[in-house]
Amino acid sequence: MTEPAVSIDQLPEGVVVRLAGSFVMSALGAVDRAFVRVPQGQGVVIDLSAVDALDTGGAWLLTTLIARLEGEGVSVALHGATDAQQALIDTVAKSLPEPDGMAEPERGLRAWLEKFGRSTSETFHGIAELLGFLGLVIARLANSILHPGRFRLTSLVHHMQEVGFNAVPIVALMAFLIGVVLAFQGSVQLRQFGAEVFVVDLIAISVLRELGILLTAIIVAGRSGSAFTAAIGSMKLREEIDAMRTLGLDPIEVLVLPRVLALFLMLPILGLIANASGLFGGALMSWIELGVSPGMFVTRLYETTDIWHLAVGFIKAPFFAVVIGVIGCYEGMRVEGSAESVGRLTTTSVVLSIFSVIVIDAIFSIFFAELGV
Amino acid sequence: MSAVVDDSREAVIQVRGLVNQFGEQVVHSGLDIDVYRGEVLGIVGGSGTGKSVLLRAIVGLIRPKAGSIRVLGVDVLAAPETERRALERRWGVLFQDGALFSSLTVLQNVVAPMREHLDISPAMQRALGELKVSMVGLPPLACGKFPSELSGGMRKRAGLARALSLDPEIVFLDEPTAGLDPIGAAAYDDLIRQLQQSLGLTVFMVTHDLDSLNAICDRIAVLADKKVLVTGTMADMLKVDHPWVHEYFHGPRARAALSAA
Repeated sequence: MTEPAVSIDQLPEGVVVRLAGSFVMSALGAVDRAFVRVPQGQGVVIDLSAVDALDTGGAWLLTTLIARLEGEGVSVALHGATDAQQALIDTVAKSLPEPDGMAEPERGLRAWLEKFGRSTSETFHGIAELLGFLGLVIARLANSILHPGRFRLTSLVHHMQEVGFNAVPIVALMAFLIGVVLAFQGSVQLRQFGAEVFVVDLIAISVLRELGILLTAIIVAGRSGSAFTAAIGSMKLREEIDAMRTLGLDPIEVLVLPRVLALFLMLPILGLIANASGLFGGALMSWIELGVSPGMFVTRLYETTDIWHLAVGFIKAPFFAVVIGVIGCYEGMRVEGSAESVGRLTTTSVVLSIFSVIVIDAIFSIFFAELGV
Repeated sequence: MSAVVDDSREAVIQVRGLVNQFGEQVVHSGLDIDVYRGEVLGIVGGSGTGKSVLLRAIVGLIRPKAGSIRVLGVDVLAAPETERRALERRWGVLFQDGALFSSLTVLQNVVAPMREHLDISPAMQRALGELKVSMVGLPPLACGKFPSELSGGMRKRAGLARALSLDPEIVFLDEPTAGLDPIGAAAYDDLIRQLQQSLGLTVFMVTHDLDSLNAICDRIAVLADKKVLVTGTMADMLKVDHPWVHEYFHGPRARAALSAA
């Protein structure tokens, strides 16, 4: 490839622009600057006979130059183009887009306010739609209780394994570590008062009442809620959901119900495993750190921990499960158009379900405090 | 009927002894094919004869078991990374459904290769992108749209605009007219032919569309029995007495396409 060169000769009968070398896209920058210098005159002749390569980029530059000159009232003649080059220039000239084909996006305060208003109203619409979706799921659930034959048992069991059984190791490990951390941190503080044995109360109450179930719900939201969104979202992209509808299969019944029910059944069980494993981690650390023997730990646990602490934790589990399941499936159903939207909505699903879980947890805390349990 | 290999013209793609195998299943064994500069070559064959596999092997998406592939004089399988990169700028590929990047607008899709490979100003990239979009017959309004907002035919045109983004010498088209209505398919055929002539392209086209084969292909290559069975013009194809080829070019659909032309 040779460098493009532009030479401009001012002859008495007009201006002659001689082009030489390769007029291809990769060399356009240099050529464009040279073309700016093409002077105005009564007639311009562009000589292409020394051009050895021309692509659409070069042809575009030429046609825009010609258009500019003709716009200024200068007559332009093209010389020395080969047939192929001439054909290319003609094609490009013919398909030169009209200017101002695209509207520029608005900027400034007005546009910002408009965007803000739009996103606020979208948020409220989203909440209303989510509640509508929850209602739909409950209606379908009632329907399948009335017609148990329509219920998809295989799918339910499959999802129970996915969201429940396969999550056991991570949930157990996480709860164990939380127990260890609580015992360790608690012992450091309680030792100052000589109240080491209260570490059992600390661990039991915080794990059973709050942490066991809350952290399980957060892990499940990250693990299964995102999987629901991604799976249903990609089915939506590949028109599988539409195909179901045309076949008379209800996507809520086939896809959403088994997932939500699986979470509903498995989250309490995972919470129980988390509780046991958290207490085990706490007991182990208390023994190592404070010399509270396992026997003493269990005795103290029996004496001081009310069964209500356990119940308070478990009452919350089904609510967390339904919120995670419904949000995961709802965001999946909202996927539209592109692969990018699957990613975006998966993120939304995880963030929204973790946020909702924590909000619900806070509401329950206030509720139980008012009840005094 | 010409032989599979002809030495008198410049072959921009030369495939020799290609073997493709997935597990136990042999797709190609000892496949030879030449594509000459400036021609439109149509690849036909039954389902599962490895038309798309051949295309993918040539553009380097699949590594064949054996054989050699030379494109524009470069050995695709042995070339160092930099040489392969340079080669990739000289071809464009249109995948079946366009394979546009769904998170980018049409214009951004078309400009993406320029931004990657060329050192030109954003304003010029944009102008060239708009030119390419208009060259494939899309309205200027389409520039700002996302692929999901386009119809199938428009997506194919946008995909072609992206394939042509860097002014390639060779364009690979995978079933360009599949899924288009007959009018849209004919218009697309015209578009390919017209761009091929004005840009001097070499077109490697996998197709099932007998109308396209008849209307725009200079030569046709038939894939069967794990290799290229015959190559030649439409007239040559009609004389072949291999059962599949005969059925393909003498079936009711073929007769309709040929008599319409």
